Parts: sequence; C-alpha cells; structure tokens
Amino acid sequence: MGNIFHGIEPSVYKSQINVPYQWWAGETASKYFIALRDEKKILGKQCPQCGKVYCPPKKTCPSCFTETNAWKEVGPKGKLISYTIVLRQLAALQKKVPVAFGLICIDGADNAMLHYIGDVDVNNITIGMEVEAVFADDRNATINAISHFKPLT
Amino acid sequence: MDAAIIGIGMTTIEKNKIACNYADLAWEAVNKALADASITIDDIDNVITTSSDFWDGRTISCMAVGDACAVRHKNCSAVEGDGTFGAAYGLSRTLSGDYKTTLVTAHSKGSESISSIITNAAFDPIYERSLGLDMISASAIQAKQYMHVTGTTPEQLALVSCKNHKNGKDNPYAQLPMDITVNDVLNSEMIAEPLHKLDCSPVSDGCCAIIIANAEFVKKVKAKPVWIKGVAFCSDAYFMGDRDLTKTIALENAAKKAYMMAGITNPENEIDIAEIYDAFTYQELMWIEGLGLAEYGNAGKLLEKGIFNKNGKLPVNPSGGLLSGHPVIAAGLYRIAEIVLQIRGEAGARQVNAKRGIAHGVNGICGQSHCVWVLDKEK
Repeated sequence: MGNIFHGIEPSVYKSQINVPYQWWAGETASKYFIALRDEKKILGKQCPQCGKVYCPPKKTCPSCFTETNAWKEVGPKGKLISYTIVLRQLAALQKKVPVAFGLICIDGADNAMLHYIGDVDVNNITIGMEVEAVFADDRNATINAISHFKPLT
Repeated sequence: MDAAIIGIGMTTIEKNKIACNYADLAWEAVNKALADASITIDDIDNVITTSSDFWDGRTISCMAVGDACAVRHKNCSAVEGDGTFGAAYGLSRTLSGDYKTTLVTAHSKGSESISSIITNAAFDPIYERSLGLDMISASAIQAKQYMHVTGTTPEQLALVSCKNHKNGKDNPYAQLPMDITVNDVLNSEMIAEPLHKLDCSPVSDGCCAIIIANAEFVKKVKAKPVWIKGVAFCSDAYFMGDRDLTKTIALENAAKKAYMMAGITNPENEIDIAEIYDAFTYQELMWIEGLGLAEYGNAGKLLEKGIFNKNGKLPVNPSGGLLSGHPVIAAGLYRIAEIVLQIRGEAGARQVNAKRGIAHGVNGICGQSHCVWVLDKEK
C-alpha cells in the first residue's frame, strides 16, 4: 500500500479552519479585568468554606464546590512558583523567543496564575523570586492589561 | 471483574501516515482486533469511538470513523479524551449486562495539524489562552517545579529518553526506535527549559482498537482472554495554578482505587510491568511515583539503578512508550494493547515476564486527569 505514492504527490485537501468565536468573560472575570484596566488593581475572590483566595478569581471554588463570595485586593507583588524559558518559536507563541512564562502566586492569594516574566535577563530567573505586576500602558479589559511580571531585585 | 480483553489491533505509529485517512486507520485496527479475537464484526454488539474534534479538524469526529467500525444499525457512543477513558466507558457498558462485546477505538493524526496551536486551545480563553502557552511550554513549567522540589536531575530525565527509545527498537509499531545517549538528549535542542527536544514525545499518527467481552462470551471464543481486574480514573482542578503541579493527587487516587479492586496492596512487588503515559521524560518519573511504584522523588534514582529497564525488576514502557510514538487520544489505548500482548506472552522481542500489568492514560494539561487499568492473566 505504501508504494502507491512512490514518486508522486499525494492529494491533500488544505484548509485553514477559522471559526469566529467570542467568549463572554462573565461577571466574575469582568470585574477582575475592569479593575485591572481602570484602577491597576488586582482582585481575588475568597471561598467562604475553605477561606482560600483565588487570583484570577473564580466564581466556584475548585476545592469546595462552593460559590466564592468576598472580593479581596491582592498583589501587585507575588512569588514565582515555577517558570520556563521557551527557546523554540512554537506556533502558539505571541512573542519572539526567548519567552519566559511564569506561574505566579500573588501576595494574598492561595493559588497561582500564568503570565509572562519580563524586564529581566532570562538567565537570572529563579523559582521563589519576588515579582511584581507591570501594567500595560494601553490597557483593555483582558488578561493583557497586565503586561508581565518583573523581578523585584 | 467479569470482563476481559479478547482482542487488540494496532496500526504502526508513524510521523505521517499519508496512505490512510483516519477512517482507514480505524479500518485497519478494527480488523486486526477482530482477527486477533477470532470473531467477526457480527459478534460486536456496541462500539465506543474515542477522538478529539480539534485534532481531527472536524466536529462530531466520532462519526467519521463509524463506518470503519461498523456502527451502522448498532449502538455506538463516543468519548473525547484519551483512549483509556474510552475503554473505561466501554467496560462499564459490557458490565452493565446489556452488551456482551464492546469494540473500543481511539485514533488521531497529529501530522495533519499544528500541535502547538491545537494544544494552546486547551487553555482557558478568558484568563490564559492569549498568552500563547501550549502543551510543551506548560509541561516545562511543571517539569521545572518537579525537578526543583524533588532534586530530579536533567540526566535522570535524559535516561528515560534513552531507555524508551532503545525499547522502541524491539517494537515494530514504534515511530522512533533509537540508540541514544544521555549526552545526545542533553545536547538536543532546548525547546522550553528544562525540556530538550529528546525529552518530548513526537507528533504521531495511529489508531488502536480493543475488544472487551463479558465472562460468558469469553467462554465461547478461542481467543486468550486478558482479565480486567481494576479500572479507575480521577481528575484534578482545571487551572494549572489551582493545583500543586509537583503532586499527583488525581493519579494516586485513581491508582489506589484500581489496586483495591484488583486486591493489590503492594504495587511495587505485585505488578510485573507498567505501560505509562510518558508524553515527556519527567512525566514517566512523576507518574511512576503517583502509581505507587516508587517513593515520591525517588523514581529517577531507581531508574539509574536499572529497575525500570526491560530486564529490570519492574519494566516500564518496554514498548518504547509515547516517547517512541505519541498518537494523541490513541496513546493510552496502545498502552492497554501492549499490556495485553505482554500478558499473553505475544510481545515478540519486547516480551518481559509478566502475569499482571498496569496501563495508564492521561487527559488534560499537565496530567489533570488519569486513568489506571490493572490487567491479569488470571480471572
């Protein structure tokens, strides 16, 4: 069977699947994004059952199956839980390599969030380092209202 | 448990199977499984297909392989996720008493899309997706933290790659059989620290099919049954930041339940072989620990001692694992099929001495959910 394509180009149907789609952020994420955009404030939301504060905020506690209820201002500082420095220009990347992604536990929160690590020589990034949110100059109500996190030292 | 696997069929795993569309892959795997069980399609009374719409580039992707699985005028259902989860659904149907035989398939053709863009779409569109993470960069974050906490070294990760690619040389279905050294891995392209190219499984095409039968049907067929002794799955929180990525709580829970069903109290000594979801080198070590086959943080050291080699005390991935070929979705079902061959004593050059083995599948980013199968020669 493998031979049937010997010396010839197999027929291929090519397409770019491109389906317009819009995701409504919902009331919890909207409040968080609007605070980032308008006040440069980072908000978390607390679970009344376990007391954990989630940033980014969730309507439902992933541990307790309980609706979170109390908004808390957290950050803008935090601690780097882990990170990677991407060196191959992977197709999903929005920036030129090297790109540093971090998992950041915001001060006052109990979980962590994914974002970029910047304003640093990537070789000097370490687990446990203190970082601080840097807000984008031109902010919209998305996660990109935070430009990146920069080390404090 | 009153159910056994009576037939398996695998296509070779390849980088680009241009001669087959995915229904053609299913046709090959299904017919191999039927021949393996010495039954015909008329003996199959229900079908579970396992696929992913995003990987297949079409909605309701399960339907596209239906004709090749003879679902016309039969009861058919579908699972979106790893093949081990599809097989668990198939098993529960067989055990329900309503069906005697379940055909389970799982397929994907990674060659037809761009894996980085497909896996980026697994991230939450509101909070995360626009950052541009994909399966490799997300797994690199987990690998970095796991190594930091446990002291597992890049050399130990590299040794997983050496072992599995070498094992792949004995597996005629493997995509990347290779003799490589630790230095080859460490000198390969650094894609996302700490993961080198040879720490990552390849993008692959392939399809696997298995046939699950109830005990009554097993008596009627010539095929050698491999008995299902325990199956369990468990999930963790969706967001990476809502989990401790260095821990494997979902896997530990799934393994404990599966072992309890199988009457296993000391997995390190009571399991002869494990086929584990090694999408990345560090994951084989993490999952070995989560499965209770090594103390937390100790899998790398046991690996160095040769425990998990083909001729070691507990061979892990003698097939070559996902590192030697990773058809997403199908990969876990391949693990089950491999354990079936091993327990039957029909694994050819990769055969080890095995009466009882485990197969493991993963769904989601950084091991969000896990499925564990315990298979045995004896009922």
